[in-house]
Amino acid sequence: MDISFALTGKGYVLVAADTTAARSIIKMKSDEDKIKVLSPHLLMAFSGEPGDTVNFAEYVERNLRLYHIRHTYPLRPASAASWIRRSLAESLRSRNPYSVNLLLGGYDTATHTPELYWVDYLGTMTSVPFGAHGYGSYFALSLLDRYHDPEAGLEEGLAALRRCIDEVSKRLVVSPGKYKVKVVDKDGVREIEL
Amino acid sequence: MEAISHAGTVLGVLAKDGVVLAAEKKVTGKLLDMSGSKEGGYGGSGEKIFLLNSNVISGVAGLTADANSLVNYSRQTAQGHLFNYNDDIPVELLVQRLCDLKQGYTQYGGLRPFGVSILYAGYDPHYQFQLYHSDPSGNYSGWKATCIGANNGTAQSLLKQEYKDDIGIDEAVGLVLRTMSKTMDSTTLGSEKLEFATLTLDADKRPKAKIYKPAEIDALLVKHDLAKKDEDAEMRAA
Repeated sequence: MDISFALTGKGYVLVAADTTAARSIIKMKSDEDKIKVLSPHLLMAFSGEPGDTVNFAEYVERNLRLYHIRHTYPLRPASAASWIRRSLAESLRSRNPYSVNLLLGGYDTATHTPELYWVDYLGTMTSVPFGAHGYGSYFALSLLDRYHDPEAGLEEGLAALRRCIDEVSKRLVVSPGKYKVKVVDKDGVREIEL
Repeated sequence: MEAISHAGTVLGVLAKDGVVLAAEKKVTGKLLDMSGSKEGGYGGSGEKIFLLNSNVISGVAGLTADANSLVNYSRQTAQGHLFNYNDDIPVELLVQRLCDLKQGYTQYGGLRPFGVSILYAGYDPHYQFQLYHSDPSGNYSGWKATCIGANNGTAQSLLKQEYKDDIGIDEAVGLVLRTMSKTMDSTTLGSEKLEFATLTLDADKRPKAKIYKPAEIDALLVKHDLAKKDEDAEMRAA
C-alpha cells in the first residue's frame, strides 16, 4: 500500500512518496525511490500493481527523454500529462492493462507556473492544487483542504506536508516509516530532507 | 522542380510580431466560381494558401494535386499531435513530419516525388514566429524572408535588400506587397490574382491565422497605395 502526496506552492511543486517496498508481511526494502524524474522540470510519483508501476514509469521516462533528445526541448508538463494519460487510457482496453496511479508535478518554464496532475489507472486526469493516492489520501486530502495555501513559500508547503505524514503515521495501522520528498521549481528538481 | 519554377510565386516574410504570406494565383478568370473564398470559413480559394492548424499556415507552389494531398496529410498530423499531447504541434515538428514523408517518396517504392515546394508560417511557444521552406527532396530550412515559384530569384534579391531584422508586421505587409507587385506577371495587383495571409498573436497571446478574403485584400492594397487605379475615372477628373 503505497502512499503518495503532492502539493503546489508559489513557484514550486512538492511531491512525496513513502519508501517502503513490501510483499505480504515482509518489508523487503525501506529506501525505494517511487518518484521518477521525467525531465529537468517534471516529477512523477507512481503507485499501484507491483511490476506494472516501475515498468510504466520507465516507459514514460524513456519516451519523454526521447522527445527531449529529438526536439532539443522537453515536453511541457501539460502536454506530457496528456500523453501519459493517453497511454494509460489506451492500455485500459488492451489485453493486459497497466494498473498504475500517478501524481505528476512540474514547473512550466514557458508560463512560469507550477502544475500538478492527479492521474489514475483508468486514465482519469485532473489538474489539482494538491493530491494524494492510496490510503494516505483519506487523511491528507482533508488536512490539505484546511492547511494548503497555493501562494505559500516552500517552508509553509513543507509544514503542510509534514502534517499529512504525521497524521498517517499516527492513524494508519501499517504506516510507512520513511518518505522521500522531492521539489521541482524554476531551478529544476532536488531532493529535500524532511 | 521544373513545375515549381513555373508555378505561381509564394512569398513569405518573418516579422518580430507575426509572419506574412502572399501568393500569386495562376488559375483565374471570369468564369471561376469564387463564392467559396468570399464567404468560406477558413478563407482562401484553396489554390495557394492553406490553414494547416490554428498556429500554422502554408503557401504551396507546384503540382496542385500533390499539394492538396500534402496539406491533408499535414492537417491530420497536426490533429494527431493535438490528440496525444493536447497542445498545438510545434511548427518545426510539423515541417519535419511532412519532409519525412516527402523524403520517403524519393527513396522507397518506385513512386514519384511530390512536385511541390511549401512555405510554412507558424507560431509556437518555444521559438515564437517561424518561417520554413521545404522542397520535393524533403529538405527544409528556416528563413527570415524567402520566395518560391516563378521569379523567385528576383524576389529573393529584392527581399535581401529591403529586409531588416526587427521589422514589424505592418512594415512586413508593405514589403511583401511591394515585392509581389514587382515580380508578378500582371502589371498591377488585384484580389483576383493575389492570395494573402498573416499569422499574429491575439489579445490572449494565442496564435491567430488570417487568410484574407478578396474584399479584404482590395482594402489592403488601397491602404498600401498599390491598388489598380481606375484609369477612366482619373482621365475624367483631369
